[in-house]
Amino acid sequence: MEVLTPRSLAEALALKAERPDAVPIGGGTDVMVELNFDRARPDALLNLNEVGELKGWSREDGRVRLGAALTYADAMRPPLCDLLPALAEASRTVGSPQIRNRGTIGGNLGTASPAGDALPPLLVEGAEVEVASVRGSRRLPLSEFLLGPKRNALAADELVAAAVVTPSGQPQTFMKVGTRNAMVIAVCSLALVADRERGELRAAYGSAGPVPALVSAPLADREAFAERVAAAARPIDDLRGTAAYRRHALRVLTERALERCLA
Amino acid sequence: MGDGTVPRMHQRRATTTAPARPELELGRVVPAERRLDGVPKVTGQFAYASDLSAAGMLWGHTLRSPHAHARIRALDLSQALAQPGVHAVLTHEDVPGQKRYGLEFADQPVLAFDRVRYYGEPVALVAAEHPEQARRAAARIRVEYEPLEPVADAPRATELPPIHDHRWTHGHGYLDDPRPNVVRSLVIRHGDPDAGGDVSVAGVYELGMQDQAFLGPESGLAVPDGDGGVDIYVATQWLHVDRDQVAPCLGLRPEQVRLHLAGVGGSFGGREDLSMQIHAALLALRTNRPVKMVYSREESFVGHVHRHPARIEAEHRADRDGRLVCVRMRIVLDGGAYASSSAAVTSNAACFACGPYAVANALIEATSVYTNNPPCGAMRGFGAVQTCFAAEAQMDKLAAALAVDPIELRLRNALAPGDTLPTGQRVSGSLPVAEVIRRCAELPLPEPEELPRDAIRLPGGAGNTTRGEGVRRGVGFALGFKNLCFSEGFDDYCAARVRLFENAGGELVAEVHCAAAEVGQGVTNVIAQVARTELGTENVVLAPHTTATVDSAGSSSASRMTWMAAGAIRLACRAAREELERRGGALAGGEIGVERVYRHPRTWPLDPDTGQITGERAHVAFACAAMRVVVEVDAELGLTRVVWIGAAQDVGRALNPQAVEGQIEGGTAQGLGLALMEEISTRGGLIDNASFTDYLIPTALDVPPVESVLVEDPEPDAPYGVKGVGEPPTVVSTAAIASALRDATGRELARVPVRPDDVVGL
Ligand SMILES: Cc1cc2nc3c(=O)[nH]c(=O)nc-3n(C[C@H](O)[C@H](O)[C@H](O)COP(=O)(O)OP(=O)(O)OC[C@H]3O[C@@H](n4cnc5c(N)ncnc54)[C@H](O)[C@@H]3O)c2cc1C
Repeated sequence: MEVLTPRSLAEALALKAERPDAVPIGGGTDVMVELNFDRARPDALLNLNEVGELKGWSREDGRVRLGAALTYADAMRPPLCDLLPALAEASRTVGSPQIRNRGTIGGNLGTASPAGDALPPLLVEGAEVEVASVRGSRRLPLSEFLLGPKRNALAADELVAAAVVTPSGQPQTFMKVGTRNAMVIAVCSLALVADRERGELRAAYGSAGPVPALVSAPLADREAFAERVAAAARPIDDLRGTAAYRRHALRVLTERALERCLA
Repeated sequence: MGDGTVPRMHQRRATTTAPARPELELGRVVPAERRLDGVPKVTGQFAYASDLSAAGMLWGHTLRSPHAHARIRALDLSQALAQPGVHAVLTHEDVPGQKRYGLEFADQPVLAFDRVRYYGEPVALVAAEHPEQARRAAARIRVEYEPLEPVADAPRATELPPIHDHRWTHGHGYLDDPRPNVVRSLVIRHGDPDAGGDVSVAGVYELGMQDQAFLGPESGLAVPDGDGGVDIYVATQWLHVDRDQVAPCLGLRPEQVRLHLAGVGGSFGGREDLSMQIHAALLALRTNRPVKMVYSREESFVGHVHRHPARIEAEHRADRDGRLVCVRMRIVLDGGAYASSSAAVTSNAACFACGPYAVANALIEATSVYTNNPPCGAMRGFGAVQTCFAAEAQMDKLAAALAVDPIELRLRNALAPGDTLPTGQRVSGSLPVAEVIRRCAELPLPEPEELPRDAIRLPGGAGNTTRGEGVRRGVGFALGFKNLCFSEGFDDYCAARVRLFENAGGELVAEVHCAAAEVGQGVTNVIAQVARTELGTENVVLAPHTTATVDSAGSSSASRMTWMAAGAIRLACRAAREELERRGGALAGGEIGVERVYRHPRTWPLDPDTGQITGERAHVAFACAAMRVVVEVDAELGLTRVVWIGAAQDVGRALNPQAVEGQIEGGTAQGLGLALMEEISTRGGLIDNASFTDYLIPTALDVPPVESVLVEDPEPDAPYGVKGVGEPPTVVSTAAIASALRDATGRELARVPVRPDDVVGL
């Protein structure tokens, strides 16, 4: 297996254009599991760890740009955790300290798992995904980026450059149900923003449908909102839980999240 | 192997000196020293079996069945043999000796022929230069399978076509049960099984299939000795029984096969059966090269036996005062495709079904069955876990029905020395049940913690799901017991050899040989401690654990190894001392070598028709443990936080109190896993969750502080009064946690692991 290690974004994009089969690797916390289980044996890895442009985060005209290589540990630190509190809460639920130090937002987007914990908090904050290639870069809403279970809108020559968010500054939270108290893949999860400014409730569920998805309603519809979120979800029965339980849990989580955010 | 990479345990020297404890009635024992393997394990320096290497080594890989039940129509090796780096591809035709092996019954093919009976059953072997080459080549072996309907539902297995053509377990002194797929049936009839009481409670209980989930996957290295024999370095629980199964399959004499213990990363029963031992040896002897095999995590889930899933129907009858009148239980254990130790597990499930209570009448029917599910066998608690879960739920139900405090109800029925067990055996040794209950009940419960608090101190933990909403507290209690050492007439012994010599400085040195497997429990410390005690010297060196220089130590299982090793080391040391004294107290340049074999008091089989003892005893001794548990349950989401566990355990005498506490904590965590999350999920015999992604084991956040009380009531028949301590905490903790969950939720929760759906009542 070849490992390609570009030193800049431009070089990375050129390599990706040249070798569309090269699998990008950020923290490697998903890629290495695939290799380990022998589910994938790519001819080449595109190691993004030396690409400075992808690291960290920045502010640009009221927006926050989260580099694809932003780790969960980064997202938990001030001041970012105060700008995007639900994302910070979600980051705290991810794996173990080792995983939070290695795992990245870009990797979570790349994997596009229905259980990706960074995704619901980004959805409720209206995040866009900035994707780049030698052809240029484009931004698309996260809800359009996520196409299906482990499927996203990246073309073969594209990389995730960043997630771009305009923090609402509104009360928000993230909760994740799992069958043990740490280091667990979500049985279901929920991010919620009570946006008083826009008079809107926005919730996004994880692990309760083919992709994490957004449900919104006017603030005034608070009473019916939990039911609405539960009804919008498309859960299935699998190893980790039943569809009935997931719907039930989403109802409970939404009620609790509303309580937290509207108290 | 002259290249300096010879894998073996380092010779270690006992170094700690400590003041002697006051003389005890059962003999003074010097204090334990710090764990010899502790620092290397914590710092990552310890060499596990998977770290072995040898010059010129090849890697072995196993091709396994993707079916739970299928006929093998044809095998084509040609493509695999043509792969780069491949040195050998072997099938059942290449097994030179016996084609089958087994711990109790040789019913399991070394490599499948005609049929595969479980998902993951070994079919062929490859040796190649690189593990990846071996894997790739194995994938090129063409096997034509004709899938057969799997027998997957254990309670119905006795009505379905037999999965074995031969009745392997018949004619071994068990009840003659004519039904198909029976491994063993045992019926214990005690007193009048129809005796009625004033109150009766009943329930049907189920336990899922738990895995030992040891962190060190099955691994080992086989090295041909150049003389037709082989040395096998392996992580195992019992070197000599491995040898005795390996040699006949290789067509070799036992002394041509030497087993050496390599670093063991946990075992919990799962290494009592063979895994890669014969396979690696076959490849090594065929290629005349050292061959290493290391299972992947996924493979490990099919590479060893699991805890028997069980379905238990129970009825308890009591008089108005809460005294048990009659216990009736029907137990079905899913043994999976091969017998492994199912027969002994069946007996244990039945013998301990009533719990440590005096019961005048009982009818216990236990059956283990063959199915096409993953094979089940030994796991910490060995049958007693399953029945404890049912019996203790029943005791709580009975307490509720009688409106008696559940702890009081247990005290009223507590078994005591002199009482008779349902098998007719009189409890003759130590069994301080009432004392253990009292000491546990005395432990103060923690005060409920204030709100608000960090989510990680609430049910759901790091998931941040509650700030206190839906949270209810529950308190549970349970009591469990089981036997120590091997039972039912098994010739259970342990050998030890001591060599006394003088070092260059003229000091007396004792080299101690014992094949007891150090599986992480700390038996090497016990061995050194006993030798230091008996020889009065700190110059004690432990020789490598091997079949090459000493007879069998028996298994590191059945809570027996401390007792048995202490017995053997003590005998050998005393013999060596006597010899030294006979020589006037000096070696004068010579040396002394003595080997001694220790046996615990003998046991007898159970009568196959009545389940009653046929001699003085079927079990040599017993140990009990009580546990009190505080849980918080988020009743709306069904999530749990175990807040605190208090344990009191009958330990005989704690030679190494820190190690005993370690066993209590670890055993408790393993029982917690079964109560809350650990289950191998199967569909039609296929495993769905063979990885730590979906087979969840408790994390540090799931396991609460465990407060342990060591109840010391020396066992008269054991050296220094010791009792085994590894299993009782696991036997009882699952039941105790379930009891607390019931208290918090008011639900029956008759199945473990308890799922959030069950707690919520969906
Ligand atoms: C023990 C463990 C626990 C875990 N727990 C959680 C959890 O609680 N919640 C959770 O959501 N996830 C969890 N994960 C999964 C994983 O950690 C996350 O999905 C993480 O965000 C992946 O990031 P990474 O940088 O490690 O991705 P990588 O493994 O490097 O990559 C993941 C995918 O994204 C692609 N990729 C990476 N970077 C880019 C890029 N810049 N452009 C295009 N494609 C890219 C890769 O090709 C790959 O397909 C866990 C994983 C492990 C091993």
